[in-house]
Amino acid sequence: MALNCIKIQHKKFTENCKTKRYPVPEKVSIPMSQHMGVPCEPLVSVGDEVKVGQRIGDSDAFMSTPVHSSVSGNVVEIENFLSSNGRVCKSIVIECDGKQTVSEDVKPPVITDKLSFINAVRESGCCGLGGAGFPTHIKLKYDENKTPVDSLVINAAECEPYITSDYREMMENPDDVLNGIKTIQNILNIEKVYICIEKNKPKAIELLNNMSLNDDAINIVKLSSLYPQGAEKVIAYNATGRTVREGELPLNQGVIVMNVSTVGFLNRYFKTGMPLTRRRITIDGDAVKSPCNVKVPIGTSVAELLRFADCEEDKVSKVLAGGLMMGMCIYDLNTPIVKTNNAILALKSDKKRIQTNCIRCGRCIKACPAGLMPTELEKAYNQRDAERLKLLRVNLCMNCGSCSYVCPAKRNLAETNQLAKIFVTDNN
Amino acid sequence: MKKLIVSPSPHVRSEMTTQKIMLNVIIALCPAVIASSIIFGLRAIFLILVCTATSLVWETLFNMITKRPNTISDLSAVVTGILLAFNLPPTLPFWMASIGTFVAIVIVKCLFGGLGQNFANPAIVGRIVLMLSFTGAMTNWTVPLGLQKTDAVTGATPLVSGNAEYLDLFLGRTGGCLGETCALALIIGGIYLVIRGIISPITPLFFLLTVEVFSIAAGVDPLYQILSGGVLLGAIFMATDYVTTPITMWGKIIFGIGCGIITCVIRFYASMAEGVSFAILIMNILTPYIDMVTKAKPIGALPIRKRED
Repeated sequence: MALNCIKIQHKKFTENCKTKRYPVPEKVSIPMSQHMGVPCEPLVSVGDEVKVGQRIGDSDAFMSTPVHSSVSGNVVEIENFLSSNGRVCKSIVIECDGKQTVSEDVKPPVITDKLSFINAVRESGCCGLGGAGFPTHIKLKYDENKTPVDSLVINAAECEPYITSDYREMMENPDDVLNGIKTIQNILNIEKVYICIEKNKPKAIELLNNMSLNDDAINIVKLSSLYPQGAEKVIAYNATGRTVREGELPLNQGVIVMNVSTVGFLNRYFKTGMPLTRRRITIDGDAVKSPCNVKVPIGTSVAELLRFADCEEDKVSKVLAGGLMMGMCIYDLNTPIVKTNNAILALKSDKKRIQTNCIRCGRCIKACPAGLMPTELEKAYNQRDAERLKLLRVNLCMNCGSCSYVCPAKRNLAETNQLAKIFVTDNN
Repeated sequence: MKKLIVSPSPHVRSEMTTQKIMLNVIIALCPAVIASSIIFGLRAIFLILVCTATSLVWETLFNMITKRPNTISDLSAVVTGILLAFNLPPTLPFWMASIGTFVAIVIVKCLFGGLGQNFANPAIVGRIVLMLSFTGAMTNWTVPLGLQKTDAVTGATPLVSGNAEYLDLFLGRTGGCLGETCALALIIGGIYLVIRGIISPITPLFFLLTVEVFSIAAGVDPLYQILSGGVLLGAIFMATDYVTTPITMWGKIIFGIGCGIITCVIRFYASMAEGVSFAILIMNILTPYIDMVTKAKPIGALPIRKRED
């Protein structure tokens, strides 16, 4: 049985844009919370000199990953930063000297066994580059006896409109992707690898297929070009046929899902020792004149990036970090780029939409990849009925936005689900 | 600094709107409108126009009196008007038709909260109210143009007479309600709606299949039962109304089967000749219960543990 999904326009205008290297900015602001979990504490103070790849933030907490400087220069301020998900954390402002002196700490890690491997992954500052930002070393640090893993699913679906940063990773660094996979596979002793790519990227499918012909363990899975193929539970199901149940991680089903850019980055880190200080970003949207892919130092401001891509700033009404379906609105153009950003989209004015009552057409139910009934959830939330919301499993909503997308009455179903989740938690 | 819009995701929506859905239904009704004008003459078109216009007037007046924003732009009142006209004999006086649209729009739809909130199909209730109030006028069946003899302009419907040819039934050259006689036009409309993705073919197919099976079991000519009376109109345009029918696939199957059984029971064993409208009305009323037992199954959901207090 196939999971529900929807057709949306791909708008992959930047798929053939070779990644440009972004020049060193004058100033960067590097937030201490760029990953899922506990924010880091700054390891430097105002006036300190920092170098590229130097660790500037870390935490003792389990669920965390260190932050490194993307530039060389002087720390001028440690400011409070309100991220687009509403959390406040410290952010280190560095004035760049333009020399980009590399820190002495940057050297290839020595990996001999699983423990040194996990430590190296932690030191790289890596977190899921697809957008969720789950610390990678925690994903890979599982107990083989409790949760044996036999499948590694590489998420290269990139089902959101506009975004092509993962596609460019596959086209430009296929060796890094495949070697990264091999390293993880060998050290964690994982039997099978599934590289899942949507059919709208035939070149990437062909390239990776040809390069992995001699490797029986690697399977290229061609996914139909539908949304949300890249959602973790959806891709785990489509690759392995296993259902991740309520409250579980894919790990409980013997599956690890990793983003293709994360794997590519890890391989480069194992080779060079340069931690996560730059990442590829797609800059696009109807207000951007020269859409492109750029490798940007973490901490560069969105405003600078948009200027780089000739954005018509007076026409912009909305700026998104991420894709059209799940991206978050940026409220301030001085917001810095963080590890989990894969795209910045600048959009012109929104179309006015007329909202009507729900006409019970059932399109949202046919669209929901989690098999939920968004229209019923909306009614239950409007009645503030926590029991019914629980019964309808609002907690399984992954906020993919498909229900809102298809709704002919233009009701804000995905938004309501998010409110309903909070309401249920508050009423427990 | 320039202010940016901040809103929750998704930031893109499909092109489909409520208005477009209703417009598609109106387009799908057009072949039957044309057919009715050919079969019953200009009077049929006038009746359709009167029903549509009064529907829009009633909805506007209701919204004015209750100080709500006017909702006629969603076009659902137009659909109700045309569908009600389709369920009336072409000779019905205009004032009676206006009472029908009043019941349909104001009592059945607006008083329950407007579009999407009504529990029964407005056009069907409108028809039933007229049927019970003006039984004579509602059963004054016109013989189609070209078949009239000089002294007889009214006759029985094929369901009562039981002697029409299949081809006449298929093309609609029989007496009956304005929009229900021409099977060809209704089927064209239905196929259009399925192709445009507006309706699911599940309900009509199960409705017709049930009528077929029941007729065979009861020893009645099944094709005749499907082509005559309001089965096709009901199955394609009324039993597929989003608002008053079940929302999931299994619900639609149950709904279709239920409609078919009740239609046949009324036709074969009750004193009324036609049972489609009552069948759909009864199933409309059962819809919330059908919805309750045919909920979508969340993927990977675990059984809810009762909290022990």
